[in-house]
Amino acid sequence: MRYVDEFRDPALAAALVKEIGAVCGRLERGRDRPLSIMEVCGGHTHAIFRYGLEGLLPDLVEFVHGPGCPVCVLPMGRVDDCVAIAEQPHVIFTTFGDAMRVPGARGSLLQAKAEGADVRMVYSPLDALELARKNPDREVVFFGLGFETTMPSTALTVLRAARGNVRNFSLFCNHITIIPTLRALLEQPDFGIDGFIGPGHVSMVIGTAPYLFIAEEFKKPLVVAGFEPIDLLQSLLMVLKQMEAGRAQIENQYARVVPDAGNPAALKAVAEVYEPRATFEWRGLGSIAGSGVQLRPAYAAFDAERRFAVPDVKVADPSSCRCGAVLTGSEKPWACPEFGTGCTPETPLGALMVSSEGACAAYYQYGGLRGAAA
Amino acid sequence: MTTDTAAPRAPRAPLPAPAAPARPKLAAKTVTLAHGGGGSAMRDLIDAVFLSAFSDEGRAAPEDQARFDLAALASKGDRLAFTTDGFVVDPLFFPGGDIGTLAVCGTINDLAVGGAVPVALSCAVIVEEGLPVEVLAQVARSMAEAARAAGVSIATGDTKVVPRGACDKLFVTTTGIGVVRAGLDVGIAKARPGDVVLVNGLLGDHGAAILNARGDLALETAIESDCAALHGLIADLVAAAPGIRMMRDATRGGVASVLNELAEASRVGILIRELDLPIRPEVTGFCEILGLDPLYLANEGKLVAVVPPEEAEPALAALRAHPLGRAAAVIGRVTDVRPGRVVMETRFGGARVVDMLVGDQLPRIC
Repeated sequence: MRYVDEFRDPALAAALVKEIGAVCGRLERGRDRPLSIMEVCGGHTHAIFRYGLEGLLPDLVEFVHGPGCPVCVLPMGRVDDCVAIAEQPHVIFTTFGDAMRVPGARGSLLQAKAEGADVRMVYSPLDALELARKNPDREVVFFGLGFETTMPSTALTVLRAARGNVRNFSLFCNHITIIPTLRALLEQPDFGIDGFIGPGHVSMVIGTAPYLFIAEEFKKPLVVAGFEPIDLLQSLLMVLKQMEAGRAQIENQYARVVPDAGNPAALKAVAEVYEPRATFEWRGLGSIAGSGVQLRPAYAAFDAERRFAVPDVKVADPSSCRCGAVLTGSEKPWACPEFGTGCTPETPLGALMVSSEGACAAYYQYGGLRGAAA
Repeated sequence: MTTDTAAPRAPRAPLPAPAAPARPKLAAKTVTLAHGGGGSAMRDLIDAVFLSAFSDEGRAAPEDQARFDLAALASKGDRLAFTTDGFVVDPLFFPGGDIGTLAVCGTINDLAVGGAVPVALSCAVIVEEGLPVEVLAQVARSMAEAARAAGVSIATGDTKVVPRGACDKLFVTTTGIGVVRAGLDVGIAKARPGDVVLVNGLLGDHGAAILNARGDLALETAIESDCAALHGLIADLVAAAPGIRMMRDATRGGVASVLNELAEASRVGILIRELDLPIRPEVTGFCEILGLDPLYLANEGKLVAVVPPEEAEPALAALRAHPLGRAAAVIGRVTDVRPGRVVMETRFGGARVVDMLVGDQLPRIC
């Protein structure tokens, strides 16, 4: 496959691994603990496991799998809210595939579907809008979740619904934004991350400027990375080279996709449709100020939260769950007492076991061959 | 529907020609509950749709069961193989086949991978009221064609019609019997360290074709289902590799699921190499876009075979010499490391566990 195979070239990978090894050899002197590198994005976590990258790297490098998996950080109560909306008899509830299996306190959307709710998987919010046009006597609700990656497409869908006056379409908005959460993590006193692999798809929309505080205030290097193995190895090398040179900068390895200024048209649509929420709850991390968005009052007619009696359930995570500790990098997935026993991809207890991008599911599925989970 | 069999070489007395017209007519354009009522409407439907497609003898002597001559069966081998499978594919028609070809090939393959020579199938259909008769007729013609091409008879069957909503358009169940070749003993628990793992061609075509044919992705690709009956290929394979340990058709759950079952049942490790997996670039691209893994995609004309190391070369040659095995490949080997686990060496020399899939593959969202 052109434009993909180049980024999976084994010879190039071997050369990068060798160079990483050399830099690590020099960085290792005088260090008594490994270098913790957080890949923020769930897509990166998935790629690291899928290609077995951890096993190729020196022991000095330790990946910490960050909070950038939108399905994983979705609180259970929001899933219960989804089920409550979906169970209303005139509703067609639409969502991306990943969200179907996320467990709420009252079960998942997949279970609600089995019990008779009309829940349908779509590949784009525009498909949900089309469904609303074709079913004028039904209420079609789209479950919008994800970071800035998916925000523009739901924003455009709402704009189109408004323009076409599609009154039976609404959005259950659970979009979140990564920057306040990264800041919250960095402000924790025991946060031991040495450098970041920055999210690629989010940056395609927001650009690289929003990360500047990480370098300037917290003196940590961050490299925005693509999703192929060569991208990840190259980005890691860039982070390590910054460390070696004593630099902390925001660099862009994924320039073929990510313009430093982001995507102005997408940002404009997002700003037109959404405004920040005072606070939003993240599963495993708790409430974080300014980390969620909601529809602006001008689009209230398309806001499922205003159109339906959403119970706004608050559910505490099971007390044995260590998702929060894993998300912040202070614990490894296999250190959790529930890992692989009480909590498996089949019957996930914690958020990180739910999506294939969750750190625990990735360890369970692909087996950290270097880790104790193997 | 009930038809006596054209059971292979069963001696039968010549019967008088039926009084019914040679080409039955059916006035109805859609199937109604009346067609499942057991009366003349049902007989007309069966005559028009199935019997005309399946066999001439059936029309002559409609019995409630197929009958087989034991001596004729015993001449083919020393054990009877018996299997059944339900087919509920949506959509009914897809590039490369339809539910009819699938129902015939799928059951033939389930017999053949046990080392059996397939002999005959039964076919039970459950039809949703309102299905166009022409759809049913097309499926019946596909079944007849697939069975004829495979040299297997559809010997008996049944038709039921259920109210709208009680099933989705059309469900088909086929049951098959076959005779296992004397001396051949394949099984999921028989792999040993050192054995070689082969597949007979490109992986994931059926799964990708079906997902794409559902239409909600609107991707322009020419991926077709690989739906095919494998008993001919298997006959060549077992002749070339008589010490063969195991064969499985890699249907739902794909090659990954077969390998996991094998590793667990045989208490061995399995090491496959990513670079050796034969996968069409279109399927790789399709999976890239949707976040799927081709190792878990369904196949309907692909088998996984395990042979002892000394038979690997003749086995591969036999597969490649057959039209359904041109892209056959050795994809890995059986080891004594990490019993019960399937490990894949990635193209960079990294390694990852290929686990059993939980539920369905759900596309990733970002």
